[in-house]
Amino acid sequence: MGYQWNWGIFFQPSATGDDTYFGWMLAGFKMTIGLSLSAWVIALLLGALIGVLRTVPNRFLAGLASAYVELFRNIPLLVQLFIWYFVLPELLPPSIGEIYKQSNPILQQFLASMVCLGLFTSARVAEQVRSGINSLPRGQKNAGLALGFTLPQTYRFVILPMAFRLVVPPLTSEFLNIFKNSAVCSTIGLLELAAQGRQLVDYTAQPYESFIAVTLAYILINVTVMTLMHKFEKRIAVPGYIGGK
Amino acid sequence: MIKIDNVSKYYGDFNVLKECSTTVEKGEVIVVCGPSGSGKSTLIKCVNGLEPFQAGEITVNGISVGDPKTNLSKLRAHVGMVFQNFELFPHMSITQNLAIAQVKVLGRKQEEAVEKGLKLLDRVGLKAHAHKFPGQLSGGQQQRVAIARALAMDPICMLFDEPTSALDPEMVNEVLDVMTELAQEGMTMMCVTHEMGFARRVANRVIFMDHGRIVEDDEKEAFFANPRSERAQQFLAKILHH
Repeated sequence: MGYQWNWGIFFQPSATGDDTYFGWMLAGFKMTIGLSLSAWVIALLLGALIGVLRTVPNRFLAGLASAYVELFRNIPLLVQLFIWYFVLPELLPPSIGEIYKQSNPILQQFLASMVCLGLFTSARVAEQVRSGINSLPRGQKNAGLALGFTLPQTYRFVILPMAFRLVVPPLTSEFLNIFKNSAVCSTIGLLELAAQGRQLVDYTAQPYESFIAVTLAYILINVTVMTLMHKFEKRIAVPGYIGGK
Repeated sequence: MIKIDNVSKYYGDFNVLKECSTTVEKGEVIVVCGPSGSGKSTLIKCVNGLEPFQAGEITVNGISVGDPKTNLSKLRAHVGMVFQNFELFPHMSITQNLAIAQVKVLGRKQEEAVEKGLKLLDRVGLKAHAHKFPGQLSGGQQQRVAIARALAMDPICMLFDEPTSALDPEMVNEVLDVMTELAQEGMTMMCVTHEMGFARRVANRVIFMDHGRIVEDDEKEAFFANPRSERAQQFLAKILHH
């Protein structure tokens, strides 16, 4: 094949001279982590809220939550990203739009990516939370109400603590997905891990080393997430119940 | 104490309860029986408003259950209910199961609630299990905890919805013993159950339901000696001969 392997490439100064190529990869790695974690916080909070609303007796609230879920999970992630980044700033009132458009371009990319990934994933989290709530025996809700709890108290003390325990495994999947989906944000120019990998290829003509490094970095992230979530799952296990002792 | 007056309930077009009327006086023990699908569980769930009904009126201690202005949570806090599947909260220890509603609903202090809970746990013979979780207890033990949990709220009456139907046969008696003791202490009780031995021992009246209708509502002696309706005769013949 005649390919010249050169793993030393990562320690050579980059073309712009201010860093090594390893430094580029590290910057991308940090960006991917920062973006994914901040989007995950949005996804988890909003997803929990929307998921709960889908199960409440109030038809209007439940319908609103359903509409939210259908909107965000039926439009491709890439299209959503373009809408957040290219279209929405134009629709803002001019005064706010100008402030946004004159801000740091990296900040613009980051905000659009964070909101996009967060809301996209929140619709998926909402579905997991809803299915967790619906999989609990109906009698649990009645038992809470029969003791004199209000409906919000019943959710808070009876339904949600069990529902969240049940959905930790599927939520782990979503957590892994958000790191992988963050690669899509390279399409609007955000220099996260995948984008840095591609940039490295452009500057060094060492595609194998570059993408092997990117691959390993994603695997490292996801193995870490899986390990942590598994530990978390064990810690919150209920004695005498699923997964407990 | 409990007054059920001409109550009807529909699921869509399906008429589950048809003009049911009865009363439970203070200190009375009423057993509700009947074939499955006859509406007995639905009726008892209407009493504390867990199931809505479309016609008629139910009052508990003079408070109308169907009135939209009634604060149902407040009413339910003083109407104990025990379910077929126990419905303890699996993520809480037994102690916390007993205490939480006292603290969050009645506003008692945690220590006070725990003390009261443990006293009742002792009464149902399970003090040694206070630190365990529901999943670590047998069905009969869980149901006794569930009764203690309801009693911890100082209920003015108790509703039992087939409390022994989900139990292994050898565990039925430990639960019935607790219920019998409760009845003898003068608790007002409405029990949906097929345990005719229990009905014979402690019930004042027996209600027999079929197809959503209260077919018989009799003193227990009269009910067992000579049920008036053919349907009740058939039912008793089937469940009493073994």
